[in-house]
Amino acid sequence: MESTLDIFVKAIFSENMIFAYFLGMCSYLAVSKTVKTAVGLGAAVIFVLTVTVPVNYLLENYVLQEGALAWISEDYATLDLSFLAFIMFIAVVASIVQLVEMLVEKFAPALYGALGIFLPLIAVNCSILGGALFMQERQYSTILDATAFSLGSGIGWFIAIVAIAAIREKLRYSNVPGPLRGLGITFIVTGLMGIAFMSFMGIKYGKEVAEEEPATEVTTATTNQQLENK
Amino acid sequence: MSSEKGSEPLFSKKNKKLITDPLTDNNPVTIQVLGICSALAITVQVNQAIVMSLSVLFVIIMGNLIVSLLRNLIPSRIRIIVQLLVVASLVIIVDQVLAAFLPDLSSKLSVFVGLIITNCIIMGRLEAFAMANKPWPSILDGLGNGLGYGAILIIVAVFRELFGSGTLMGIPIFGNPLPGEESGLYAMGYQNNNMMILPPMALIITGIIIWVQRSRNKALIEEH
Repeated sequence: MESTLDIFVKAIFSENMIFAYFLGMCSYLAVSKTVKTAVGLGAAVIFVLTVTVPVNYLLENYVLQEGALAWISEDYATLDLSFLAFIMFIAVVASIVQLVEMLVEKFAPALYGALGIFLPLIAVNCSILGGALFMQERQYSTILDATAFSLGSGIGWFIAIVAIAAIREKLRYSNVPGPLRGLGITFIVTGLMGIAFMSFMGIKYGKEVAEEEPATEVTTATTNQQLENK
Repeated sequence: MSSEKGSEPLFSKKNKKLITDPLTDNNPVTIQVLGICSALAITVQVNQAIVMSLSVLFVIIMGNLIVSLLRNLIPSRIRIIVQLLVVASLVIIVDQVLAAFLPDLSSKLSVFVGLIITNCIIMGRLEAFAMANKPWPSILDGLGNGLGYGAILIIVAVFRELFGSGTLMGIPIFGNPLPGEESGLYAMGYQNNNMMILPPMALIITGIIIWVQRSRNKALIEEH
């Protein structure tokens, strides 16, 4: 088994939300023109991911999974509600985002000023729902592991968006070919950053190191395979 | 947008434009920058890309239709949540159908089917078009954008599968790559480019598609 620290580090680097799974690309491309706004959005993503994934973890383990309702009474022990996962997760994400927005506005107006416009956007950021779905697929054993994963993913996303924003600020002074300007060059630079981030795949996690990732594997299939190996 | 007269033909010029525009000059992926989230991770094989495009096509058409029918009933303050719930229910249908009939592909697509919910194309079209238009134009808009998305997905997937694994939809194109029994191009020393299968190449190929598209249509070039 992986330790909590392994899960955390892995979520930041080798399984980075942007570079390995392309989650949250829409806001990543739209809000990365300046470092200042990128920092704001990145912080909001860390915050919302760290709050929503543990809540969804509880929901998954005590309501949705097969047999998860056994704590109510024996009669419910055979129920499997996992087909409801998507709708429950997105409802949780949307309502928590709304709740967080109201709380921040009431108790931390300064923070609200900084994050304000980004918070509502986050409900439809793929990385938040993606975090919940990966948590479901990987079946973390404790809520601590799930929290470590969500915090790590958030930080990974933050690093990615701040880095691309810094590069885009510099790119403004370079002579990029006309048709590539803006979107095109951002895609290609992100691809190159992704290649750089792939070097983190070599990190050895935990005591049992059995994570030789054959380069020919399909990435999504690889994650499934890793799951089966455990 | 669409005129309120009932006499408008089903496929008027304006309606045709709704379908053709997203395929070229207003492509959701390369121009509107929507829906990249789930687009790139599943372009390793053409099969996956086709299934994904069909799923998105179904969800976007049905979502546009339902939201367009409900558009006068949805209070604007909670419209995002209503839209999310409509989309989430449709995605559950897609997910269950895939799991029942295509279990292999469904497990390969894993979380990315669920992520259709937050696919920005769908939310973007619901918000920008279906909330303000009648059902029939909304269906056409969904069809156009779904096809535009699928087109990019399949182009990227063809490049990645052909050069990454030497196959198209699982059918070998360049011969047999197995060591010891090579045939076709492999017998002459051709090698698959494993780089193509890695995630970053999807971004670079999309970048190149944008480059080609914009150099053919100078009006699309950004200032910076």
